[in-house]
Amino acid sequence: MSSDAMPIQNVLVGGRPWVQTLHEWVITVDHKRLGILYILYALTFLVIGGAEAVIIRIQLMYPHNDFVSPQVFNRMFTMHGTTMIFFVAMPVLFGFANYLVPLMIGARDMAFPRLNAFSFWLSALGGFLLYFSFLGGNGLYGAGNAPDIGWWAYSPLTSRAFSPGSSSDYWTIAVLVSGFGSIGTAINLIATTLCLRCPGMRLSRMPLLAWLNLVMSGMALIAITPLSAAQIMLLVDRYLGGHFFDTQAGGSAALWMHFFWIFGHPEVYILIIPCFAFMSEIVPVFSRKPIFGYPVMVAATVCIAFVSMSVWAHHLFTIGMNSYANSFFTVTSMVVGIPTGIKIFNWLGTMWGGKIQFKTPMLFSIAFLFQFLIAGLTGIMLASSPFDWQLSLSYFVVAHFHYVIVGGILFALFAAFYYWYPKITGRMLSETLGKIHFWLFVLGFHMTFDVMHIPGLLGMPRRIYTYEPGRGWDTLNLIVSIGAFIQGIAILAFVANLVISYWKGDTAGNDPWDAWTLEWSVSSPPPAYNFASIPTVASRRPLWDLKHPEDPDSRYE
Amino acid sequence: MRRTKNSITLSAFQIFAFLFWSTAGAAEPATSSTGLTNIFAPESTPARSIFHLSMFVLAITAIIFVVVFTLLVYSVVKFRGRRADADREPAQVYGSTQIELAWTIIPILIVVVLFLATARVIHAVQDAPKPATAIEVTAIGHQFWWEFRYPGLGVVTANELHIPVSDPARPKPTFLKLLSADTDHSFWIPQLAGKTDLIPNRINEIWMDPFRPGIFLGQCAQYCGTQHAKMLLRVSVDSAEDFDAWVRSQQQPAIQDEKAIAGRRIFETTACINCHAISGTAANGRFGPDLTHLMSRVTIASGAAENTTENLRLWIRNPDAIKPGSLMPAMQLGDADLDALVRFMETLR
Repeated sequence: MSSDAMPIQNVLVGGRPWVQTLHEWVITVDHKRLGILYILYALTFLVIGGAEAVIIRIQLMYPHNDFVSPQVFNRMFTMHGTTMIFFVAMPVLFGFANYLVPLMIGARDMAFPRLNAFSFWLSALGGFLLYFSFLGGNGLYGAGNAPDIGWWAYSPLTSRAFSPGSSSDYWTIAVLVSGFGSIGTAINLIATTLCLRCPGMRLSRMPLLAWLNLVMSGMALIAITPLSAAQIMLLVDRYLGGHFFDTQAGGSAALWMHFFWIFGHPEVYILIIPCFAFMSEIVPVFSRKPIFGYPVMVAATVCIAFVSMSVWAHHLFTIGMNSYANSFFTVTSMVVGIPTGIKIFNWLGTMWGGKIQFKTPMLFSIAFLFQFLIAGLTGIMLASSPFDWQLSLSYFVVAHFHYVIVGGILFALFAAFYYWYPKITGRMLSETLGKIHFWLFVLGFHMTFDVMHIPGLLGMPRRIYTYEPGRGWDTLNLIVSIGAFIQGIAILAFVANLVISYWKGDTAGNDPWDAWTLEWSVSSPPPAYNFASIPTVASRRPLWDLKHPEDPDSRYE
Repeated sequence: MRRTKNSITLSAFQIFAFLFWSTAGAAEPATSSTGLTNIFAPESTPARSIFHLSMFVLAITAIIFVVVFTLLVYSVVKFRGRRADADREPAQVYGSTQIELAWTIIPILIVVVLFLATARVIHAVQDAPKPATAIEVTAIGHQFWWEFRYPGLGVVTANELHIPVSDPARPKPTFLKLLSADTDHSFWIPQLAGKTDLIPNRINEIWMDPFRPGIFLGQCAQYCGTQHAKMLLRVSVDSAEDFDAWVRSQQQPAIQDEKAIAGRRIFETTACINCHAISGTAANGRFGPDLTHLMSRVTIASGAAENTTENLRLWIRNPDAIKPGSLMPAMQLGDADLDALVRFMETLR
């Protein structure tokens, strides 16, 4: 008990019981607290999903290794994929959107605070259900098992003949439930950005982060719907005698593939567009210049959103579509590279002529640009369908999408953590630990994912629990695994930084980066309901106008 | 002009790749199969068309990479913040229509070129007419092995596909019809053709015309269940005479060897015949591989083990020791029965 607390009966000064604090967090409808809950929830699953990746990599260090059985290996890659996409990437991005969008558009909360809380708890329930399969996967038969159907859950592996018990049902319901949560958040973000902007903030003055999350939410509404429909159809197949995907009764395996990927490919953009949003806030601030070509950035994002809805079958080039379909999906997949390229050039244009400050968020952003460039170029290779007939389903494609998800999304997220952590906690993250984290992670990342392309070119398929010696894959896989361990150590440095800086970090103040958007105008952490009086803005960079009254942006827009 | 670009990237890439797989190969014995599944060592027309296209795509992407990477490094180095003028903000530039138009139009042109090059290869590989001389094979994917049927020749075999060399003067390509008996699989021999999936209730097709005799390796590329990893694939490309000889021997019924009659009795009176077929006996199951000419194959368990007496014995006694999760049950035979059964298996030449 702190000696500052005054011993007056029934009145507690200097601290409340932790149960009460916990209760407040559980029943909260505050967008900032829900944002933090989303982020903590995702970080927990990041560590779990990362541990699964490490198990996969230990197994693949040597040919004919028997660290885990094939059954366990198959569960591990299924859980790793599902966890990382649905219970790490989605919630952490929704967490940042929840926290930042109202602050950046000058609103006091999201449009529907209760729906917001409901969405979060649905997502949380989804993650819990998925992992409960370890205990209850075999239902009434007793012992549990995680699903081993791959994160695409291709039919007919999910039919009752090949997936007895309930483990695949936990997968289905977990994804279905968290999908409803995502739809709720998407509706909420759309309503918030369209209805709650502060006076003067026209759509054309909205920070790019808000714009891009608006586009992402629109995509989530469109893309998650077919996935949810397919999950329900799958449950009908398994329990009500439907034959949508049950091939033994004449169902169609290809139908599931189309349902899954018409969600799955837009999903990639649902994840990467909020990361573009982080880049579009962080790169300008650390280059000390406004974003280059704001209207084009918005247009390119909307363009990506539309085109990305028509590229899904490039995941299906090997299923024997006719040459016209293959040509169509080749051209759409290549076209989506054009607006994406425009974005990269615009970030370069933002840096061009600036005064770049190499703080940790900017280091992660520069690495993002470099890695996202490579990921885009290997994407072009995969879009060329004949080339894809060789690369698809191999370790090349695994390397490619980890380049997008780790090299792109995760690096952008780290940049966002280092950039907004001071706002969220009031403390700066340690620059020293941050740089250790950055360089270790860059080293581990490139050791793992640069090298991983090559076994794919040498014919190594994905999702194999072991491989034959003498194919030229052995040394490469060992290097890949060592890189994975280095990434694991880097993540520990990151978590240590988050924890230590929370108590020991330098005090941040309102505006540690000398930035220009509205969230930096309030205290760190922001007060309840954000703004004592709703601000009025006259340009895209309200704080620039405030700091440079002699040369405000509002004069040029 | 295009050829030069191709060969430059090719050599750069090969140096890079060589560094890796030379280190990988150094530790391997002389019988090493390193490079036997390399997509950049094509030995058949579809694989070679893909290879040429991939070199073109690699060249274009390499150029894009060099340009953008140079710009990135240049701006990071040139525009890094200096202490001297830390308190002055740089010129605030909001955009430039001309520059933005340029970096929109140039990528559009690149996409047009890449698409046309790709469409040509799609058409050449997918819409190639089937000549009358083509060998037809039906490949059926099973958990976790391959069934090959040659309907025109009356041959049925498993896991090791035999096809003839195709002489460019008198082409004799092989056209495979791809089917699945259970889950999705994918047929992939990187040196001969790109992969194509085997999907239940669907008929896919793939073709190849190998340039030279030899062994080509591959494996199932689409996750199909527990033992997806050991669903290996082996293609023996034979000269015309060797192929004809192989077909003739495969067309024969199983050899009836009186010395192995005890083993044959065991085979015919246990559950073996539920899943396996041996022509000329009562066994006509189709869940497992046809064993009529088992000893003509180099491997068992879909490539998971060499076809030796010890491995055969172990496989029948406890399949999980070789391939945990395979659908073959342990047969629970006594040692004497096991020996007799293996002796019978070894007569199936």
